[in-house]
Amino acid sequence: MAKNRIAILAALSVLSVVAFLTIGLRGNIAFVLELRAIKLLALSQVGVSIAVSTVIFQTVTGNRIVTPSIMGLDALYLFGQMALVFALGGLGYAALNPQLKFAGEVLVLMALACALLLPMLRSRLDMGLMLLAGVVFGVLFRSLHSLLARLIDPNAFAVVQGASFANFNAVRTDLLAFASVLTIAALIVAWRARHVLDVVSLGSDTATGLGITWSRTVTGLLVLVSSLVAVSTALVGPVAFFGLLVVALAERIVNTRRHAVLLPAAALTGIVILVGGQTLFQHGLGSSSTLGVVIEFFGGIAFLLLLVLGSRK
Amino acid sequence: MIRIENVSLSLQATPILHDISLTIPKGGVTALVGPNGAGKSSLLSLIARLQPLQTGAISIDGLPVDTTPNRTLAKIVAILRQDSVVASRLRVRELVSFGRFPHNRGRLTDTDRTIIEQSLKQFDLTDLAGRFIDTLSGGQRQRALVAMAFCQGTDYLLLDEPLNNLDMYYARDLMRSLRQVADGNGKTVVIVLHDINMAGAYADRIVAMKSGRVIADGAPAEMLTTPVLQDVFGFAMQVATINGKPIVLHHL
Repeated sequence: MAKNRIAILAALSVLSVVAFLTIGLRGNIAFVLELRAIKLLALSQVGVSIAVSTVIFQTVTGNRIVTPSIMGLDALYLFGQMALVFALGGLGYAALNPQLKFAGEVLVLMALACALLLPMLRSRLDMGLMLLAGVVFGVLFRSLHSLLARLIDPNAFAVVQGASFANFNAVRTDLLAFASVLTIAALIVAWRARHVLDVVSLGSDTATGLGITWSRTVTGLLVLVSSLVAVSTALVGPVAFFGLLVVALAERIVNTRRHAVLLPAAALTGIVILVGGQTLFQHGLGSSSTLGVVIEFFGGIAFLLLLVLGSRK
Repeated sequence: MIRIENVSLSLQATPILHDISLTIPKGGVTALVGPNGAGKSSLLSLIARLQPLQTGAISIDGLPVDTTPNRTLAKIVAILRQDSVVASRLRVRELVSFGRFPHNRGRLTDTDRTIIEQSLKQFDLTDLAGRFIDTLSGGQRQRALVAMAFCQGTDYLLLDEPLNNLDMYYARDLMRSLRQVADGNGKTVVIVLHDINMAGAYADRIVAMKSGRVIADGAPAEMLTTPVLQDVFGFAMQVATINGKPIVLHHL
C-alpha cells in the first residue's frame, strides 16, 4: 500500500517537473530550457533538503511539531553569515569565492547547532519545553542577526540583506553545483541511516538498549540536518513552516513513520509542492502572488492543526 | 556473570546508590526487591549502561559496560525499562522486530522473522500483531515490550517491573516464560519485582535493597521470613507455609 502511494507521489513529482520545464515554452528553446533546468534543480533540491532535514530532526527530538526552522536553525545560518560579514567587512566578504564562503557558513552552522542543541538532545525534553526553547532560540538568533546588521556598515549590510528573505523566484544559482554535491552526499547518508533512524525514534533508552551509541548518533544526525538546512537557506532563504507542512502531509499519505518509506515520501512531497506550486504560480496565476507566502500560510495552518488535533507525539 | 564492584551513584547531589558490590552468576532468575526509592531501577540502568557509571565498575561476562562498544553489549544484554513509552506510531510486529536490530542492523533475515513470530506467539500477541501500539491497553503494550526484549535473544535479560499493568493470567504467564528461558535456554534473568510472592515462587535468588544499599541476599526460603521482610519493608508481615512453600501475607 505504502509502495503504491510512493509510486503515485513519484508520478506526481515527475508530472510537476515536466510541467515546470515545458509549459509556455517559446523563443530560444535551448536557452529557456537551460534556464528552467537550473531553477528546477535548485527548487527540487530545496524541497528535498527541507523535507529530509525535517523528518530527521523530528525523529531525533521525538517530536512531530518541531522543525529545524521552528528551532531557529535557519536563523542561526543567517546569523553565521552576518557574523562572517561582520568579521571580514562587506568588501572582504564580497570578494570571497562564493563556494568557499558557503562552505565556511555550513561549517559555522554545524558547529553552532551542535554546541547549542546537543545539550538539549542529551535528554529528551517534552514537547512544550522543546517548542518554547525553540521559539526562544529562534528569537535570539534573529535578534543577534539584526543587532549585527545594525552594527555593520550599510554597504556591507546590502551584501547580505538579499539572503534574509525566502524567495523562490530568485534562487542563488551560483552556489548550485556545490550545494548539489552537499545535498546528494547528505541524502545518501540519510538513506543509509534509515534503519538507525527507526531505532532512534524509539527514544534514547530503548535505542541505547538496542546498541545505538546515543550521543554520537545524535551528533551525526544533527550535523546532517545542519548541512541540509544550510543548503536550503543558502539557496532560497529561510522558510518557516514548509518542512512541517511537507512532513505532516507525507506522513498522512503513507501512514507510517518508518524511514525507509517516510524519507522518500517526504522528499517527493517536497518536490511536488515546490515545483508544482511554482509552475502553478508562474503560469496559472500569472505570478500575481508569491509561492513563499502561500506555502507559509498553509504551513502555518498545518502547524496550528497539529497542535489542536493533539498529534503531539 | 554480572559483576558489580563498589558502585555508587548520585543524581543532582542526591545520593541514590551507596557502594554496591554484587555478583549475579550466569543462569537463573534473580529478583531485586525493595521499597520504592531503594535504587533498584537505577542499579538496573547502570548495568544496562543507560546511565553513565560514576564510580566503581560493572562488567557482564568480563566486558566492562562503560568501555565495551554498545553494539557488542546489545547482543549480550537486553533491558526493559519501567516507563518505556513508544513515541512512534508503530504496529506491534514492527516494535517486536526492533529487538532483532542489534543482529541485523535493520535488514530482517528469515531467521529473524522466525524468532519474531515465536516471540509474538509466546506472548499471545499473534492476533494483535497488526495493531498500532497506541491502540493497545497498558497490559498488551507491556507484553509487546517484553516480547521485543525477548526477541533480542541476549544471554542476559534485565526487566524493570515487567508485571506492571499485567493481569493475573499474563503476570503468571510471563513469570513462567522467564523461568522457561532460564531453565531451558540457560539465560540469566534479573527482574525487579514488587510482588514478593512472585519473587518467592519463581526466582532462584532474591536480592533486597533499601536506601541505595543491598541489605539482604539469599534463596527465597531464607528471604521470605518475617524478620528479613520487616528489615526491608519496614513492617511486620505474617509468612505462612502452603505446600512447603513460604507465602507472605503482606496485604493483611
